[in-house]
Amino acid sequence: MASEVAGTAVPQAPRQLLARGAHPVRAFVVRRVATGLLTLLVVSILIFFATNILPGNVAVVVLGKNATPEHVQRLDAALHINGSVVSRYFRWLGDALQGNFGRSAVAEAEGRSNSSVSGTIGDPLRNSFALAIITTLLLIPLTMVLGSLAGIRAGRRLDHAISLPALVLSGLPEFVTGTLLIYVFFNLLHWLPPVALLSPGESPLSNPEALVLPVLTLLAVAVGAGVRQVRAGMAEVLQQDYVQFARLNGISERKVLSRYALRNALAPSVQIIAQNLQYLVGGIIIVESVFAYPGIGTYLVNAVTSRDVIAVQAASVILAALYILINLLADLIVVFLVPKLRTGMS
Amino acid sequence: MSTVAIGPGSARPRRRPLRAVTSDWGGRIGLTLLILIVALAVLGPAFAPHSTTVPVGIPGEGSNGSAALGLDFLGRDVLSRVLSGGRSTLLLAAAATGLTYLVGITIGLVAGYVRSIADPLLMRTVDIFLSFPALLVMLLFVTAFGGGRGVLVGAAALVLFPGVARIVRTATLEVSTRGYVEAAIARGERTFAVLTREILPNILTPIIADLGIRFSWSIILIASVNYLGLGLKPPTADWGLMISENREIISTNPMALLAPALILAILIIAVNLTGDAYLRQRGRSGSGR
Repeated sequence: MASEVAGTAVPQAPRQLLARGAHPVRAFVVRRVATGLLTLLVVSILIFFATNILPGNVAVVVLGKNATPEHVQRLDAALHINGSVVSRYFRWLGDALQGNFGRSAVAEAEGRSNSSVSGTIGDPLRNSFALAIITTLLLIPLTMVLGSLAGIRAGRRLDHAISLPALVLSGLPEFVTGTLLIYVFFNLLHWLPPVALLSPGESPLSNPEALVLPVLTLLAVAVGAGVRQVRAGMAEVLQQDYVQFARLNGISERKVLSRYALRNALAPSVQIIAQNLQYLVGGIIIVESVFAYPGIGTYLVNAVTSRDVIAVQAASVILAALYILINLLADLIVVFLVPKLRTGMS
Repeated sequence: MSTVAIGPGSARPRRRPLRAVTSDWGGRIGLTLLILIVALAVLGPAFAPHSTTVPVGIPGEGSNGSAALGLDFLGRDVLSRVLSGGRSTLLLAAAATGLTYLVGITIGLVAGYVRSIADPLLMRTVDIFLSFPALLVMLLFVTAFGGGRGVLVGAAALVLFPGVARIVRTATLEVSTRGYVEAAIARGERTFAVLTREILPNILTPIIADLGIRFSWSIILIASVNYLGLGLKPPTADWGLMISENREIISTNPMALLAPALILAILIIAVNLTGDAYLRQRGRSGSGR
């Protein structure tokens, strides 16, 4: 099967290139980026209208009992929420493209001096990135190594020792895993703090101990899901004809794995890693809440709780954009990694 | 396969989902645990020793003679609240799964059978929904409509229906070209009858194979929103909500968090084991969430 594809793909590529005139990889990249941008546009429309469905006025909701008509009018003007929904969307989109997400309705109502969403969302974003990057740096090698090991030893004891915990952990919601981890590492062992609080402006790296449990919680779910997929891919590759053929040729098992199997199992793994990173975008919302970590997830949950629509819009668009971006990058990386795919792109 | 199939379903042997699940150990264990937890959630409230809303002692007190699991952050009996807290989770998740399948099957059938403009239109809509993080959709829904029961069910279904629609569409595309469908069309059957009596019974296997994943996702999504305090409102006894309510007293009575967390964990593992057992026996899994 695989040798067939490889055999027919090579002579076809130049012919296709000549016939189409344009470079297929470049055409693919352009088309894929355009699709990504279009998706983001549609998503931004959905987010904006979803947060504007409620018949009530933002100002009235936020001001609550203090809502005199005069107050509401002043807040409306400060937040630029006059006019029709459509005209507001375009004004919001234009501002957002320049990095201005408007002002937090709650901060404005409370008369805080720093009410700009762009100003207050920076720190949470940075904290979340720190958490996500540390998690990713551990996630990728762990997923690949554990998944490959389980795949190579499919059906044996090592496979079961890896696959069973992976199956259990990948299914559990983050707040359950996080709670159980807090119980073990805080209540029973007294090793780690149960929360990852930061004072405003403090760097998340200044207190690495507090990050251990949030990172472990994210890893438990993401690695669990990834390992199962990498294992399946590896086990499949090892049954291909060319691997059997390499073995029959007397090539050492180590070389068979490193030169034939691993390389071909790598391409689908990029998609698996991308799915895991996409998972992190959503998973971080819950994990930050479990550990009271001041990131973008906590910011979003607080905004939803206080019905701060403008802050909800900003955080949602940023998270959705990251989600789409990860997907886009994964598609591009796969095409550059696996020349075979380029022929099937027309 | 035969082109002279006489009636709906006669071309294939009858499928028994239950037998597929109980044919291996994973499925048996999963199904047993699932039945136990459903029984606990349904019958539990009748066995609750105390009220779920009235405090009976000092907040955060550990287990003692009258309260086996201790008291929660307001001094209410944890055991009684755990016994009563499963109904909401299971009912809402079941309703969400039902709605997911209603919408997903309808859209998938129409897209796969009617084709023409409906197919690309419906499938692009599905693609858009898949480009949101699941929890974000839930939170946006809650922002727009508040955290009522109907909203939780609707939001979870909105997150989950695209996967079902895709699976149903693929299966419908395949089955539509079969002889018994063409025969039904030739007999002059109405489109609705063709869809519900010829196609639907023959694509049930991939649909049921997917049920476990959707149900466990429904539980996770709804419990997560409740955990964040954006769903069901206190003083409702709900496993997800209980875990976050009692965070403050984890040092004095960890059972107030552990009991609902463990029971949710067992519930989800049981659903996954049951679903996986069916999957191993019948066909392959669908894609996406």
